[in-house]
Amino acid sequence: MAVCVAVIGKDNSPKYIRCADESLALQFHCKVHTSIDIIEEKLNIGNKTAIDIRDLYLGLLYATEEYKIYGYATNTKIKFIIVLQSSNISLRDNDVKMIFKKLHAAYSNAVCNPFYIPGDEINSKSFDVSIMEIMGII
Amino acid sequence: MRQQVIDTKMNSHTAGEADECLFEYLHTEMVNYTLSKASNKKEKEEELSRLEWMGFSVGYRIIERLTRDCSRFKDELDMIKFICTDFWSSLYHKQIDNLRTNHHGVYMLQDNSFRLLNKVGTNCNKQYLQESPRLLAFTCGLLRGSLANLGIISTVNAEISTLPSCKFHVQVQQM
Repeated sequence: MAVCVAVIGKDNSPKYIRCADESLALQFHCKVHTSIDIIEEKLNIGNKTAIDIRDLYLGLLYATEEYKIYGYATNTKIKFIIVLQSSNISLRDNDVKMIFKKLHAAYSNAVCNPFYIPGDEINSKSFDVSIMEIMGII
Repeated sequence: MRQQVIDTKMNSHTAGEADECLFEYLHTEMVNYTLSKASNKKEKEEELSRLEWMGFSVGYRIIERLTRDCSRFKDELDMIKFICTDFWSSLYHKQIDNLRTNHHGVYMLQDNSFRLLNKVGTNCNKQYLQESPRLLAFTCGLLRGSLANLGIISTVNAEISTLPSCKFHVQVQQM
């Protein structure tokens, strides 16, 4: 399924990045960070004339020959990014949406941990497990 | 996927009385505990800020969960409206009765029968009027925390004129 899942905070700093293949981590970090620009554009921060999107799901951000990158932004300005392999055509738009829903649920569970300080990186084992479930590793 | 916390939004109408009481008991104990640490009046006011801080962190976390299924908010007023309706009814089982704004960052939220106050006394009873503002500190923090996570930095204070009703004043800090 997904080859990379990332959670980006309010201030565009990475809170959590997980790649299926850790040896390619740097490449994915790069891809995730470049996609923030497109998210900003879609959320039209400081630009009220653009059409506003009411759905939290932002859809396909961009596609290359190898990868497709999808985005999602919550009401609290947290961004989720998922990278899929382009060769993987079994996943429809709705499936991706469901993945994001699961990710959002996992994230809100992680935030509800009273020991988690908002704005910090996420170091939760149970969050790890749910991410791996989403990525289909376990 | 849904662990620990039950979605309060779904259960607000079906919830039994027992779990409603739990929050009220816990809240009263929290107020008692924070105030018991202070001896004189000035210290007591400082201790209330601790209570306010507890509210802040609860509000900050709970808003992530409550806004999960709603569409993106258009502007500030949209967010305040969400607080008045969904947020308030999932926590206090009723909506805010009156919302006023000057459209320049000041909002007044009025609840005519606030849940944490309506057991304290009624209209003609002024016995506990002096003591009741301490019951609002947590809720002020709750409001401030939830707005903070939505991206609105604000100061919130509350006032009580007659007993079961109270007003929350939200002052948004302009960037």
